[in-house]
Amino acid sequence: MALPPSITDIDQLKSHPAVARLQQWNPEAIHAVKFDRDEMTIVLDRSALREACALLREDQACPFNFLSDVTCVDWYPAEPRFEVVYHLLSIPKKERLRLKVRLNSSSLNVDSLTSIWPGANYFEREVFDLFGVRFAGHPYLRRIMMPEDWEGHPLRKDYPVEGYR
Amino acid sequence: MAHMTPTPVLEPGQDRTMILNMGPQHPSTHGVLRVLLEIDGETVVRLMPDIGFLHTGIEKTCEAKFYQQVVPLTDRIDYLCPMTNNLCYVLAVEKLLGLEIPPKAQWLRVLFNELTRINSHLVWLGTHAMDIGALTVFLYCFREREEILKLFEAVSGQRMMTSYFRVGGVALEPPLGLFDRIRDFAGYFPEKVDEYENLLTGNPIWGMRTKGVAKMTAEDAIALGATGPTLRGSGVDIDLRRDMPYSSYEKFQFKVPVSQEGDVFARYMCRVQELRESIGIVRQALDGMPEGPIKAKAPHVVLPDREKMKTQMESLIYHFKIITEGFAVPAGEVYQAVESPRGEMGYYIVSDGTAKPYRVHMRSACFANLQTLAKMCEGHLLADVVAAIGSIDIVLGEIDR
Repeated sequence: MALPPSITDIDQLKSHPAVARLQQWNPEAIHAVKFDRDEMTIVLDRSALREACALLREDQACPFNFLSDVTCVDWYPAEPRFEVVYHLLSIPKKERLRLKVRLNSSSLNVDSLTSIWPGANYFEREVFDLFGVRFAGHPYLRRIMMPEDWEGHPLRKDYPVEGYR
Repeated sequence: MAHMTPTPVLEPGQDRTMILNMGPQHPSTHGVLRVLLEIDGETVVRLMPDIGFLHTGIEKTCEAKFYQQVVPLTDRIDYLCPMTNNLCYVLAVEKLLGLEIPPKAQWLRVLFNELTRINSHLVWLGTHAMDIGALTVFLYCFREREEILKLFEAVSGQRMMTSYFRVGGVALEPPLGLFDRIRDFAGYFPEKVDEYENLLTGNPIWGMRTKGVAKMTAEDAIALGATGPTLRGSGVDIDLRRDMPYSSYEKFQFKVPVSQEGDVFARYMCRVQELRESIGIVRQALDGMPEGPIKAKAPHVVLPDREKMKTQMESLIYHFKIITEGFAVPAGEVYQAVESPRGEMGYYIVSDGTAKPYRVHMRSACFANLQTLAKMCEGHLLADVVAAIGSIDIVLGEIDR
């Protein structure tokens, strides 16, 4: 029942292929790493996201060639408020990797991954619709779940669960 | 409803093209999918799906519920494979808790998960064939599906919204004689698959409507995020049950059907062969069913036995506490994916250490698979759009959540 403690020391996690690759490329891009419950998380600098994903996709040792999921978590009222979460999968190596980008509520902008994985399209539209995060370079950034004239972003924590808006 | 305004604006690009609206109320869109088509005569120039008609904000609702109260919501996401959704959610919560599940519960989960896969594939096969014009298959498929629903009812009390898997195990001990009924079903089901195949696989009309139609390469499928039979139909050999096993799947022997052609027929063959493999797993699960408890030993998470609750103070207290306060889950986050009948179903759960999930996100397989539709149809005939929609096996409840 006892969970092993999570590892957040980057020196202990150097052997992970994704961490090694990104450190070799640009150590500044990595803000934090975490290995918890057998899952690897790397928090990246916002400006490094697109290039880091392109690198990881083409990596020789362990290509993370499949984008499983894009979503977002709202940590209202903390700052940085939003975490955009990407789940990558390596189909040849059967490895998963979680990438995160933290965003301040003053500038909700992050690069779109549609140029690397066209499949990011719907996922990013959903995050835009339900959280209000904007993706630079997205070909068709419009609401996908809610009606076009809807006000507000329902999955934000300051959006009420019941009653009127 | 603001949705009545034609939102995704698609303007005719050339003088000779026109815009055709298909759905949301259209028999072959499997729910409420609206597709906007720009057509040049009979040829599709551009295709744009419009979704969101069934959006009920399940992810938001989850944030206001205790962990155990989310289970019935997961049934309602994908109403054709409720047990797969239950399984994915409970596995994610159990991973957050670090809970060990007894072998019998894991075996029962595999057993019912595979019956769910058969159930879902039967609905797909029936409706897909009906879309293309083979009406008979629908009735045949629903005959067998009815049997599976009866089995679900026997074990959980519900035909469709089962909520049978719970955090820490399964809800109830299966009733006496149920395994014999499942064994009967597993005995005659392969013949029924032969029956469907006799109607379709060699049928020249079926071949003309499906072979070489709505083709997609493996590169495109991966780039667009396709999973499940939609991906395996394009020749990519990945199945999470085999490659990243969960719930004791590593102890079962099964083949993963893969087709290389990437057309509607290839996806059809993948699913039909999966029917046969799944019934094999059902048989193995019945033969190797271990003895023992069906719930984990974790009194603060799993509801106590009814009998104990009436006689032991301790159990009564735990029961009261779980029902009124829920159970706290250590802070953290997990992403748990399972192979649903449609592909990779994933739950991303963030816990802040309280009894309610901070964030629940469902990675829906159809949501990503639907993106392949434009790739499959653009440049091809309008009549093939219906075949293509059927071949990616979408459930709108899961897409819109």
